[in-house]
Amino acid sequence: MNLKLDRRTLLKATAATALAAGVGPGAASAAGPKTGGTLRLGLSGGNTTDSWDGRTHSDVFMQVAAQGAVFDCITEVAADGSLVGELAESWESSADLVTWTFNLRKGVEFHNGKSFGADDVIESLQLHVAEGAKSPAKPLVEPIVEMKKMNDHQVQFVLNAGNADFPYLLADYHILIHPAGMVDESIRDGIGTGAYRNLGFDPGVRLQLERNPNAHKQTWFDEVEAISITDPAARVSALMTGEVDAISRIDAKSVRLLDRNPGVEVSEVTGNQHYTFPMITTAAPFDNNDVRLALKYLFDREDLVRKILLGHGKVGNDHPIGPANRFYHADLEQRVYDPDKAKFHLKKAGVDSLQLDLSASDAAFAGAVDASQLFQESAKAGGVSINVIKEPADGYWSNVWMKKPFVACFWSGRATEDIMFSTAYAAGKPWNDSYWEHERFNKLLAEARTEVDEAKRRELYYEMQVITRDEGGVAVPMYANWIDAKSKKLAHGEHLGNVWALDSARIIERWWFA
Amino acid sequence: MSGLARMVGQRLALGAFTLLIVSMVIFAAIEALPGDFAEAILGQGATPEAVAAIRESLGMDRSAVERYFAWLGGVFSGDFGVSFSQLSFQSQYGQTGERDIVTVADQLAPRFANTIFLAATAAAVAVPLSLALGILAALYRGSIFDRAANVGTLTSISSPEFFVAYILILFLAAANPIFPSISKIHADLDFWERLYRTVLPALTLTLVVTAHMMRMTRVAIINLMASQYIEMARLKGVPRWRVIVRHALPNALAPIINVIALNLAYLVTGVVVVEVVFVYPGIGQMFVDAVKLRDMPTVQACCLVFAAAYILLNLLADVLSVLTNPRLRHPK
Repeated sequence: MNLKLDRRTLLKATAATALAAGVGPGAASAAGPKTGGTLRLGLSGGNTTDSWDGRTHSDVFMQVAAQGAVFDCITEVAADGSLVGELAESWESSADLVTWTFNLRKGVEFHNGKSFGADDVIESLQLHVAEGAKSPAKPLVEPIVEMKKMNDHQVQFVLNAGNADFPYLLADYHILIHPAGMVDESIRDGIGTGAYRNLGFDPGVRLQLERNPNAHKQTWFDEVEAISITDPAARVSALMTGEVDAISRIDAKSVRLLDRNPGVEVSEVTGNQHYTFPMITTAAPFDNNDVRLALKYLFDREDLVRKILLGHGKVGNDHPIGPANRFYHADLEQRVYDPDKAKFHLKKAGVDSLQLDLSASDAAFAGAVDASQLFQESAKAGGVSINVIKEPADGYWSNVWMKKPFVACFWSGRATEDIMFSTAYAAGKPWNDSYWEHERFNKLLAEARTEVDEAKRRELYYEMQVITRDEGGVAVPMYANWIDAKSKKLAHGEHLGNVWALDSARIIERWWFA
Repeated sequence: MSGLARMVGQRLALGAFTLLIVSMVIFAAIEALPGDFAEAILGQGATPEAVAAIRESLGMDRSAVERYFAWLGGVFSGDFGVSFSQLSFQSQYGQTGERDIVTVADQLAPRFANTIFLAATAAAVAVPLSLALGILAALYRGSIFDRAANVGTLTSISSPEFFVAYILILFLAAANPIFPSISKIHADLDFWERLYRTVLPALTLTLVVTAHMMRMTRVAIINLMASQYIEMARLKGVPRWRVIVRHALPNALAPIINVIALNLAYLVTGVVVVEVVFVYPGIGQMFVDAVKLRDMPTVQACCLVFAAAYILLNLLADVLSVLTNPRLRHPK
């Protein structure tokens, strides 16, 4: 490399180093983490029916409380997106990715004193495939045809087919490890191996935790109090008045208000959460890819991010893989608003003008109706007239989504490319909301799952993102940030997890008082 | 006195009948809403099979009439049933031998106690305050004080509750951090701590109900002031405040008691918004969640509690008006 140093390059280089080192607003405090204090959280998504049963968890409150504090999983997605062991120390697989052996952490104890071992892992996993159990993690655990205890701290799983992502699946927040033989007590009282112990839990109201002195993880807070605050305005006022130190899920509209308070700041990160407009590809006119492409060119993505997300997001590229995924194709050419190209594709499809109904409700995502109206405006330039139908929020997912031909929808994204594509884009899957079938795509999907070589897998997933973008049945105009807010007294590491809200729901384990 | 007992008996019977009608209306209303519990709880995951499975496990595949009478039968034997969310939880995750089934009554009881605490706190401030304001306003009728009291209370009743709540938060929690902006009530708080955390929601409710009671007190007394016996009292030289407290007030009690009862009932039932804003774990918050999920047994139980509060407080008001009025106590 030819290094020619002048003033300008020097300045650039210094700025780049400063950024890389994390100096600047919102970065980790230089002093390093400190122990102590009581973390008070105001969380959304709490319910009176909440319990410590991971199979019922679906929202921020229990994610933060269970996976993020009281319980552990086998593996964990670290803040930087890499996969590390949580209760596993290491793992290896056979060459065909069918047999996986996990070496478990030794010397770990449950909160009731029982020591942790292979039996606990096996019994906890079996909860998800038990007779009659409707666990969201069932599709993840079901492919395991055999669970073998090799010794007290080693288990072997045999899958029905090779899966390179298997260790990632075990980081799912539903798959909590309970003590074997005491699952009922564990679910009743919250007995896990996690870094915090349950002191008192009033479902839908309040949770109190204290640090587990025998934890295998280094954490910083002495105690934690989590309050369930369903109303977004009440969450913001609780943070502004110092009643809590951090809150989950704030409205993009409130961000400017929070900025006025010098003691608090917004902590946001772009993850895989994306807003979509699926078209049913088995129905005319959406069975013609040129029509779908024309519509994709008519979304003014920059404008949507600016007006619907108020800048708190990123333009989407008509595929569901997001920045929090490992094989996200960041360099893929970005689709932009282009009425001329839209007209070209409509002509190719043999239509001069198009009249379409678009069904939307704010149940799909906050601002879905407004976004549809913006699309209605931007689509006019391409000769497409959109009739926005405002559907009732109640029953939207049952009566509108996957029923009406063109609707608004959202996906929170998935941990791996395989799960995301298999759930919503693979042929014949119940949530394939565009009823899309693409031979090459489905072939690549199966191939990538069992591909050992990482570079090769990357290539396969890149190609699938291209296919989805150019031939898929879903317009993905934007990724929405996870927007949380915190007191400036709180500090966190250099990276913020972007799989879920609040540092991938690990705020209790990872943050500290500066 | 037997006449009074008969009246109470009659009214209680009528009240029970009213509750029956209320339960029917609520049931019909929930049935008429789009979406049901299965669809609400499954959200985006509402595949036809999953919806059908939940409906079957909750017995929702039966006809509405059949379900209503099954529920009603339970209520007559004192069993309010188990909420849909608990039921569906039980049926989905099986093997729950060790865990007790949480009934609607179990869930409702602590929440109801919290709501009663809030309502009682608000009433303890609002009732004496509005009586005092009303009497003083009548005493100094047309004065600056009378006008100020009227304008002040009317302003607070005219603003929506959540607005009053946010104004209070702004002045008493954000700008001057005297009281907490969210209540955070839980079982192991001592009385004074609990009271301290209840101040802002109670104050909001006080501001909302004071105007009605205060103005009723004022008008009832002013009406009587034109009576001949009041004129007589004044002519014989009784001081003005004594005329009001000794001569006018006892005769004005009946309408005042009625309006107080109505407002107390409102304190129990009208707290929904206030509880949501202050994150106060009362019956109102539970009710909002239950309606969102179309959780029929919980919604029914909450509604019955609300309706019973109205009926009992109105009955109490009628009994008290009879007791304060010798003409009604000793009918010819």
